[in-house]
Amino acid sequence: QARGIQTHPPKPEHGAKYISQCIDEIKQELKQDNIAVKANAVCKLTYLQMLGYDISWAAFNIIEVMSASKFTFKRVGYLAASQSFHEGTDVIMLTTNQIRKDLSSPSQYDTGVALTGLSCFVTPDLARDLANDIMTLMSHTKPYIRKKAVLIMYKVFLKYPESLRPAFPRLKEKLEDPDPGVQSAAVNVICELARRNPKNYLSLAPLFFKLMTSSTNNWVLIKIIKLFGALTPLEPRLGKKLIEPLTNLIHRLSVAVLISLSSGMPNHSASIQVLTWLWPLSAVKYLGLLAMSKILKTHPKSVQSHKDLILQCLDDKDESIRLRALDLLYGMVSKKNLMEIVKKLMTHVDKAEGTTYRDELLTKIIDICSQSNYQYITNFEWYISILVELTRLEGTRHGHLIAAQMLDVAIRVKAIRKFAVSQMSALLDSAHLLASSTQRNGICEVLYAAAWICGEFSEHLQEPHHTLEAMLRPKVTTLPGHIQAVYVQNVVKLYANILQQKEQAGEAEGAQAVTQLMVDRLPQFVQSADLEVQERASCILQLVKHIQKLQAKDVPVAEEVSALFAGELNPVAPKAQKKVPVPEGLDLDAWINEPLSDSESEDERPRAVFHEEEQRRPKHRPSEADEEELARRREARKQEQANNPFYIKSSPSPQKRYQDTPGVEHIPVVQIDLSVPLKVPGLPMSDQYVKLEEERRHRQKLEKDKRRKKRKEKEKKGKRRHSSLPTESDEDIAPAQQVDIVTEEMPENALPSDEDDKDPNDPYRALDIDLDKPLADSEKLPIQKHRNAETSKSPEKDVPVVEKKSKKPKKKEKKHKEKERDKEKKKQKEKKVKLVPRKHKKEKEERTKGKKKSKKQPLGSEEAAGEPVQNGAPEEEPLPPESSYSLLAENSYVKMTCDIRGSLQEDSQVTVAIVLENRSSSILKGMELSVLDSLNARMARPQGSSVHDGVPVPFQLPPGVSNEAQYVFTIQSIVMAQKLKGTLSFIAKNDEGATHEKLDFRLHFSCSSYLTTTPCYSDAFAKLLESGDLSMSSVKVDGIRMSFQNLLAKICFHHHFSVVERVDSCASMYSRSIQGHHVCLLVKKGENSVSVDGKCSDSTLLSNLLEEMKATLAKC
Amino acid sequence: SEDTQQQIIRETFHLVSKRDENVCNFLEGGLLIGGSDNKLIYRHYATLYFVFCVDSSESELGILDLIQVFVETLDKCFENVCELDLIFHVDKVHNILAEMVMGGMVLETNMNEIVTQIDAQNKLEKSETFIFQSPRQDR
Repeated sequence: QARGIQTHPPKPEHGAKYISQCIDEIKQELKQDNIAVKANAVCKLTYLQMLGYDISWAAFNIIEVMSASKFTFKRVGYLAASQSFHEGTDVIMLTTNQIRKDLSSPSQYDTGVALTGLSCFVTPDLARDLANDIMTLMSHTKPYIRKKAVLIMYKVFLKYPESLRPAFPRLKEKLEDPDPGVQSAAVNVICELARRNPKNYLSLAPLFFKLMTSSTNNWVLIKIIKLFGALTPLEPRLGKKLIEPLTNLIHRLSVAVLISLSSGMPNHSASIQVLTWLWPLSAVKYLGLLAMSKILKTHPKSVQSHKDLILQCLDDKDESIRLRALDLLYGMVSKKNLMEIVKKLMTHVDKAEGTTYRDELLTKIIDICSQSNYQYITNFEWYISILVELTRLEGTRHGHLIAAQMLDVAIRVKAIRKFAVSQMSALLDSAHLLASSTQRNGICEVLYAAAWICGEFSEHLQEPHHTLEAMLRPKVTTLPGHIQAVYVQNVVKLYANILQQKEQAGEAEGAQAVTQLMVDRLPQFVQSADLEVQERASCILQLVKHIQKLQAKDVPVAEEVSALFAGELNPVAPKAQKKVPVPEGLDLDAWINEPLSDSESEDERPRAVFHEEEQRRPKHRPSEADEEELARRREARKQEQANNPFYIKSSPSPQKRYQDTPGVEHIPVVQIDLSVPLKVPGLPMSDQYVKLEEERRHRQKLEKDKRRKKRKEKEKKGKRRHSSLPTESDEDIAPAQQVDIVTEEMPENALPSDEDDKDPNDPYRALDIDLDKPLADSEKLPIQKHRNAETSKSPEKDVPVVEKKSKKPKKKEKKHKEKERDKEKKKQKEKKVKLVPRKHKKEKEERTKGKKKSKKQPLGSEEAAGEPVQNGAPEEEPLPPESSYSLLAENSYVKMTCDIRGSLQEDSQVTVAIVLENRSSSILKGMELSVLDSLNARMARPQGSSVHDGVPVPFQLPPGVSNEAQYVFTIQSIVMAQKLKGTLSFIAKNDEGATHEKLDFRLHFSCSSYLTTTPCYSDAFAKLLESGDLSMSSVKVDGIRMSFQNLLAKICFHHHFSVVERVDSCASMYSRSIQGHHVCLLVKKGENSVSVDGKCSDSTLLSNLLEEMKATLAKC
Repeated sequence: SEDTQQQIIRETFHLVSKRDENVCNFLEGGLLIGGSDNKLIYRHYATLYFVFCVDSSESELGILDLIQVFVETLDKCFENVCELDLIFHVDKVHNILAEMVMGGMVLETNMNEIVTQIDAQNKLEKSETFIFQSPRQDR
């Protein structure tokens, strides 16, 4: 077999042109009938897909190749499908039957290749339809199939969780399969399932225990141990039981098992030992770190002793190892070693190349320090200086992270504010450094925090005027908009503060100078392109100008200006609002008081400040409202707060109540040592802090030792204390400052629910199913159904018939496949029943039942099709024993017959009923009818489709089945017969594959087809003839042997006439066209001939009709 | 889609290729490969890298072993496998891989079993090709 791929260039260097040439070539090949050529083309496409070219356009061809009968091609098809199909591929539903067929193929490799392919592109629909087939394969005789079937069940469970419970018993059974491959697959699947929802699989523990002690397959052992790792936290007794076999394993087996064992096993000390022996191997080092991080969660102490080893790993040249070590450090810090570890990390930050690793280091430093509510930080000044040092990092993306930390610490640690403010003002002063060097990156975010802290806590500023000027520099306007906005807002806070200071000091001039500075500098913000900045700036500029006027009149304004910013901010936990339980009887939507139109009250902050708050507690304020609405709400809220016992007011007392953070608060407050300067000159200070801290601790220790000695002296000298060495425990280290960490506030009776932590979109949640419950009937897997039975609804079908049909197969669901095949046949028969128009339904059903029993004759299309003719015709009319359906076109796949009837409701419309009969062994899908309209005749198409679009046939045809579709045509002039060309296109799908087929046809609209059978009474008929405005014409046909009776019936049937009167061998007949032409006939039969005289309001119509009639009669 | 596929391949190559010879075989790819639960495990053979991306349910050393099995299987099937074999017979490589890993789950780790199945399938393919070509030869 020629490998077209070999001619392919291995790399896409040859340019896009070459590739497009290739694709054109492939398209040509795909059009050929030879399946080998097609398969080769698909193979090339797979290669192209691998190179990154979209081949979704060939999805249909891939399906074709998939359905080839030869394994060689089938495999190519399935490979292409598994590479390129995904949930969004729409043709995927066409594969259902093909896959089902392959699954039941006698060749194990056909089945295998289908399973492999399916595992890659299984969709919920496919999973549902094929679950039962795969279940059957799980007990296939060949282990090769069994193991694949078992493994694919996991994919099926994921897509179609309902299948888990019915399939689980069999899956469990496979755990004890004689073939190791099948066993391993079953273990694999159950481990995957149990990893997500371990509690449902606890009952399997004994079985796995047995497997673990008996199995020799390392792969299975690893999986089982992993599974136990997930199970032991749920069942502590399991852990004890496991120790013995596990230690056996350690002695018996290689490192591989040992490493995987670390995932949550109790006998950790031994494993750590082994880990350290094997340290030099880098792979083992990595795994050792990984394992340690898992052990750390349960046994932190045993890992902490290896701290040095882990710190060494930070120097490793391997990034993976460094990252792992970092992870581990996070869990290892304590009060004692935090500074040391962070110092080490900081040196790494300086050395680190590559922003990713540096960013990782930065986030880790912050994570380490801030973990569990700053539990390990004893000196917040040190932490702030670390944060400030981090701002000097170039090109980091984590400016916002640092900013958030600064804000958080400054707000929550009251004692640190003074220091923080001094640092922040220094930062603002050197803002140009930050902004210029790293504008493209996030570090200027820090200025956001700096500006806010300086503004909010401006009372701590030493040189507020200097800071104010720094914040009003023209350079500031180059910062991002949201930072400028914060600047503008906080400039006012600062200004208010300065104003107050100046007024208290009686420096009216100084106060005016500051105001002047504001008036001078604010306009630069008013011109900002950022709306937020502009709005705030213009607002504040007006305010300041007003103040200036007041100042000119020597009115003291400072009090009022600072009143704008009165009040303290409390940190509120992000979920706090959500967790406030709604008290009984409280209707949150009802008005408590009617809305008041009160004006802005003084003690409320202006609206702009709320923006600040919003940044930190977004849940608080869903949307900005206009000023009036805001005032109203505020009023309502105030009322509510006053009445609400759950509202936490911002008085200091409740804060203290929430100080339950362990570790820091209950430490006795130590007076700040005066030797610790609050401001250390120069920026890189954290090192100095480390030194100072060490000194401080040393002093503390000495003091303690002294005290202890004193105590000891007081105690009896002979008594030795159990620990003569002063061991430094965490609790011994007192924080350097009085730390007042304000916990995030939570409502008092908030429910400690973690519900909101779960991701509702987690695909594995659906698999959280109790497996021990017995199966209910409703849970049984759906057994293969014919989709076309549901889809083939033609518009005129009545619902009850469909229902009757669908009930039958359900009852027999659990029967064998053979029977299903029978059922298929039955269904197909029933399908024919559906074709019958309503009024004949019963009769017809009876007839089909009779046939089912006797099976003497196959259902003739003539009869089946004959029925609908009567649709709309008067019932008393006798039926001639033949069909009015004429052959339209046929080929080996399909036979089209059609009948054209005038519409009774609409003028100038005819209904064309086309019966499509599938005469091949393929299933026919996607049928479309396209008809070329003429000036005179148009097809009525669904709205919005153009003349060139095909009109879909609303059903599919399984082999041997026929169905009828109706189309309406509008005819302008009916006096002439005419023909329309049309094409039926469809997809024929069978075992071999699917092919696109076409069938051309010509729709012949005869003049007779425009006539509708209308009864007429002889007197009315006589009047019509007498009126004289009918033209006349006649024909004569010789050689007719048919009886007159039959002759008349034929005319009635084919030309839609009704007999008015009949006398011997002479009859008068009448019909009416859809456009209201009257047609009267006088038919006379002679010896061997028939003559027809006609009268009609349109002569052309009449002559054409008579010609047609002549043709009909000539056949008799 | 194909674009993300290419991006993943590019970045993975970028990550893997710049690593030293004697560092460990594990890499955390980050968001690109679906978060921290997943990692890249690779082995380097001459000019080739074999990279597997696995989640935490797989044992790292187990996967290293699996890569070894894969390479040895390739070696057996191609008789001294080289780069060009892999490029010119992508489909064969896929078929071999399909016998080991199915839908992202490890199917078979026993090399003999894998080779047996591959050989049987090749035999089947050969017999089909023969039938397919014989009428042509008659002409």
